[in-house]
Amino acid sequence: MSPIIEFRDVSKVFESPGGPIRAVDGVDLTIEAGEIFGVIGYSGAGKSTLVRLINGLERVTSGQLLVDGDDVATLTERQLELKRRDIGMIFQQFNLFSSRTVAGNVAFPLKVAGWPKADRDRRIAELLDFVGLLDRAHSYPDQLSGGQKQRVGIARALAAQPKILLADESTSALDPQTTQDVLRLLRKVNDELGVTIVVITHELEVVRAIADRVAVLEDGRVAEHGTVFDIFTKPQAEVTQRFVSTVIHDRPRGANLDRLRRNHDGRIVTATIADGSRLGTVLASAGALGVTFEIVYGGIGTLQDQSFGSLTLALNGAHDAVETVVGRLREVTTIEEAS
Amino acid sequence: MSVAVLVPTASEFDWSFHGPKLVEALGQTLYMVSATLLIGGVLGLGLGLALYTTRRGGLLANRGVFGVANLLVNIFRPIPFLILLMVIAPVTVALIGTRLGSTAMIVPLSFAATFGVSRIVEQNLVAIDPGVIEAARATGASRWRIVATLLVPEALGPLILGFTFVFVAIVDMSALAGTLDGGGLGAFALDYGYKRWNFAVVWITVLVIILLVQVAQAIGNRLSRKVLRR
Repeated sequence: MSPIIEFRDVSKVFESPGGPIRAVDGVDLTIEAGEIFGVIGYSGAGKSTLVRLINGLERVTSGQLLVDGDDVATLTERQLELKRRDIGMIFQQFNLFSSRTVAGNVAFPLKVAGWPKADRDRRIAELLDFVGLLDRAHSYPDQLSGGQKQRVGIARALAAQPKILLADESTSALDPQTTQDVLRLLRKVNDELGVTIVVITHELEVVRAIADRVAVLEDGRVAEHGTVFDIFTKPQAEVTQRFVSTVIHDRPRGANLDRLRRNHDGRIVTATIADGSRLGTVLASAGALGVTFEIVYGGIGTLQDQSFGSLTLALNGAHDAVETVVGRLREVTTIEEAS
Repeated sequence: MSVAVLVPTASEFDWSFHGPKLVEALGQTLYMVSATLLIGGVLGLGLGLALYTTRRGGLLANRGVFGVANLLVNIFRPIPFLILLMVIAPVTVALIGTRLGSTAMIVPLSFAATFGVSRIVEQNLVAIDPGVIEAARATGASRWRIVATLLVPEALGPLILGFTFVFVAIVDMSALAGTLDGGGLGAFALDYGYKRWNFAVVWITVLVIILLVQVAQAIGNRLSRKVLRR
């Protein structure tokens, strides 16, 4: 793997009547060729600006931004136009050309890139087949469903065979089922065509579904980045923990925890589950110490082919016996007191 | 024995006398209006595109060009047509050689239409989703390519309705122009109707204009519906 996009201390400042706004603030990030890289953040975190710096729709204020060998911060508008042919982009609201048919939308970047008519027609058929819309070539965008529109968006973005695909909240306007379809298609784009994909989203589910690595953006800065598994299982930054807790209800908090305390006596602890943690073995031995337990909360799932999750237990028994069981649990996994 | 009454004075519409004159007047009106729609339409489209693309944040943002274009439109558009016609009469004479007749009237009509059309074009272009333009830019399309190939098609439906509206406004202005030696339906209603207190002529003229506008509006609606596919 080699880097295809490198942010080196990149900042983007917008001038506004209320003073300058640092939308992107000293970002350092490396995106490897062939990966799916997620950028997650709340609205206003600067992610849309960040992704537009890559194809020069917004210009870098300071720093270096290497995209496939060129520092886009230094390119002229004309050079950027050529660069953009190697970078496809899809959007939350699809942004199809309503005056052109599906085939016409896909043809647009090909005309821009100067493809001859015969090659264009062949490429359009190939792309529409790839996204499963060959029969809708002559439809207009307003005759399509949201999912179909995004498929056209993807076909258009891939038309001129770019190396990079930027996906800006590409599933945020879609229902959950359609979201899964579009994410599967993006996965296929990555797997079969080797296109590097940068996915901008405010939904951790999207990152979880397709990304290899992820950066968490807050106030224009990278709060944290790493593999999706690490970010999900060991979130460090507060903003990351908030994101993770929206997707994985793995630790009882607030009202949930109060309810558990009302309904269960004893000590309440949360055990992290990962491949190889022998929680059951330890719990099986608890009875011999006179400790009973109840599983009161939690869930286990898989992420990037690894198990992860947590179970919250209510342990009852003599104080020392419970202490011993908790001690044994600590030997096999991470234990947190409910708080 | 039979002496043709050259000028009927009763309030009646004499088909043998008024008929051919009405047809001639309608022909002059259609000539003035269609020529104006063509010339003012093309120039107004250009000026409207200039206003839209050079505005702040526009594809070809340029304060100088926008400032001049905007000022020109703001100066000329509010001038009542009757006065504008007089103001630019020297230009008309320089271009056509006379200030009289339907052809001469096309000059002030086109002038007025250009500024009116430019605002309508600008308004309809502003309604284009900026995301669509961003998507075009993301493909690597140059700004000029977007202006030349994308903007007008994307706004075509509302633009057609806008041009239909302009057509009606031009019919209105052309009637006024007719009263200042321009010919057409306005002159016909004035000379043979109003001045002779022959209201049959006035009302028949009104009827013809209503029909003309109805036909234009129907065509405009149908075309824009077809473009919008609704």
